[in-house]
Amino acid sequence: MFRKVIFPVDLTHFDQLDKALQVATDLARHYGAELCFVGVTGTAPDPVAHSPAEYAARLERRAQDHAAATGLRTGAKACHTPDPTIDTDKTLLAAIRELGGDLVVMQTHAPSALDYIWAGHGDTIAAHSEASVFLVR
Amino acid sequence: MSQPDEAATDALPEPEGASELIETDYEIGQDNITPRIGPFGLDIHNPVFVVSGLVVVAFVIITLAFQDAVGPALGAMRGYLTSTFDWFFLMAGNIFVIVCLGILVSPLGKVRIGGADATPDYSYLGWFAMLFAAGMGIGLMFFGVLEPAYYFGTPWGDQPLGRDIGIVDGELMDPATVEAARLTAMAATIYHWGLHPWAIYAVVALSLALFAYNKGLPLTVRSIFYPIFGERIWGWPGHVIDILAVFATLFGLATSLGFGAQQATAGIGYVFGIDGLNDTATFPVILIAVITALALISVLRGLDGGVKVLSEINMVLAVLLLLFVILVGPTMTLVTQFFGNMGAYASEIFALSNPVGREDDGYRQGWTSFYWAWWISWSPFVGMFIARVSRGRSVREFITCVLLIPTIVSAIWMTTFGGTAIDQLINQVTESAVYGFVIDAYVPELSLFGMLSELPFAAITSVIGIILVIVFFVTSSDSGSLVIDTITAGGKINAPVSQRVFWVIFEGLVAAALLLGGGLVALQAASVSTGLPFAIVLLLACYALVRGLLTEPR
Repeated sequence: MFRKVIFPVDLTHFDQLDKALQVATDLARHYGAELCFVGVTGTAPDPVAHSPAEYAARLERRAQDHAAATGLRTGAKACHTPDPTIDTDKTLLAAIRELGGDLVVMQTHAPSALDYIWAGHGDTIAAHSEASVFLVR
Repeated sequence: MSQPDEAATDALPEPEGASELIETDYEIGQDNITPRIGPFGLDIHNPVFVVSGLVVVAFVIITLAFQDAVGPALGAMRGYLTSTFDWFFLMAGNIFVIVCLGILVSPLGKVRIGGADATPDYSYLGWFAMLFAAGMGIGLMFFGVLEPAYYFGTPWGDQPLGRDIGIVDGELMDPATVEAARLTAMAATIYHWGLHPWAIYAVVALSLALFAYNKGLPLTVRSIFYPIFGERIWGWPGHVIDILAVFATLFGLATSLGFGAQQATAGIGYVFGIDGLNDTATFPVILIAVITALALISVLRGLDGGVKVLSEINMVLAVLLLLFVILVGPTMTLVTQFFGNMGAYASEIFALSNPVGREDDGYRQGWTSFYWAWWISWSPFVGMFIARVSRGRSVREFITCVLLIPTIVSAIWMTTFGGTAIDQLINQVTESAVYGFVIDAYVPELSLFGMLSELPFAAITSVIGIILVIVFFVTSSDSGSLVIDTITAGGKINAPVSQRVFWVIFEGLVAAALLLGGGLVALQAASVSTGLPFAIVLLLACYALVRGLLTEPR
């Protein structure tokens, strides 16, 4: 039913994504789909990497490690934008379209009052992506 | 789960092609704290955020409470610094130009910002619009008519180089004197808006971009000084540099916002014939609220959807206004004058930038030295913003577009607005509105509208003028908040959006408080006074920049 599962990744908090990654892995295995890590980074150095290229290499490494550990087909796409604070959602949506992802599994924070003003990344992706979206709290 | 990030570090390729990373144990964001205030999560540098926030609040309270004492004291300090250290400011300005031109023609110009294979994030047009809007958009609106007209006929004795002026006691001098006075006025104006200010911005912007995008250090002012202070920049010397940068940016912006609101109010009152708008603070405060609200929307739309769009709108409006004045004003005169003015700028630049042995104190200390201090105190803001949008450009391309092209654009602008104003002065002398606002009674905020009022469609062009002033302020407020947020987040550009919102609102509140309580002049003096320590800091930055470029692969 699904051919490509997109897994948006925040490399800064990769160790907190266990639950969502497990769901993404299970679904990809169940449908025999490819699992693709997508990360969005800024152009300036940040705690994860000194440059977009270094970030891309780290993300690729994550995907390869995951393939080795699970036997799944994995891919990685690193996107960069000059203003990640604002443009992360827009960039993710474009990447999902470009990659042809038909299922998105992503981790999201517990809802709070602020969501009435600023929706979280997961909410926005679910509201605007044509793919099916599975949010993991 | 795969292995932790750290284990993968050694196997990674060099960033975006060849570049020379600085090896440091400092991890970006390691001093950041992530408190939650209600639903708002923050990611801020400790102590830069806390100290700069507290210093700003304390300064505003002290200025409001003791403005009778603080105002004159800070004003006197500014006067003392710009008149005592005028030689230093002028000399520093010359050094910045020489360093930039030196890098431009040397092999160092081949270095690419962001690594040898980096590609630009923005098109030429979007990039240029943004750097111009951040760098001096608002100043061109305010000084385009004022400065040339002032130098042409100042009755206060502060004409450039002590030369003869074109109008004395309401009488036009002989044609030769008038033409000489006009050329001096234009050269002296272009000098203040040409190579020198842009060299100051270029040094800061290039240094920031190099140490962040090529050397892998956080995008914050302290990183420039790594070659000089080494690992100590992560401690208090670095904190002090960053706090000073936040201080200069916030007060520079807040005071400009306050003055800008008053100027726009004066313009609105003049154009629509409403008297007394500026008598109370009500209308300017409403205007600050409107500008802040627009800036807030722009901030929430990000760099691409906010600042870039506004800058492009501004560029289109400014070009339309420029073309209108050229076509409706004395077209052929302006076209021929442009080349004459550039020639005068080229031949007078050495006399104008000479730091010693001059007698034109009024011009050199009151204008040049003040401008240089002002540009320098703004340079962390403009430099950081230019750095933020310049990744992927080669150093040669960068200096050409940040130094040479803006100088030509400024010269065209000044020739058009100043040239038309001087033409009106020559033809109508005391009858012209410009004479009334610049020479007879000094009402600088109305000088632009005075000039426009003598051209056709004055009502329309004046409204465009007011819109331009307001949108330029929105752009400054937005890009300023972006810069302050990056510095107070320890160089992270992906901090939560609520922080940017905080700085935009805070800036508007500071401006409104100062407008209501008085103290705009005092704080402007304070932010200009940061120009002197920053000039020293920037001279060190030139050294760090050249050293940094030398280690880059070319």
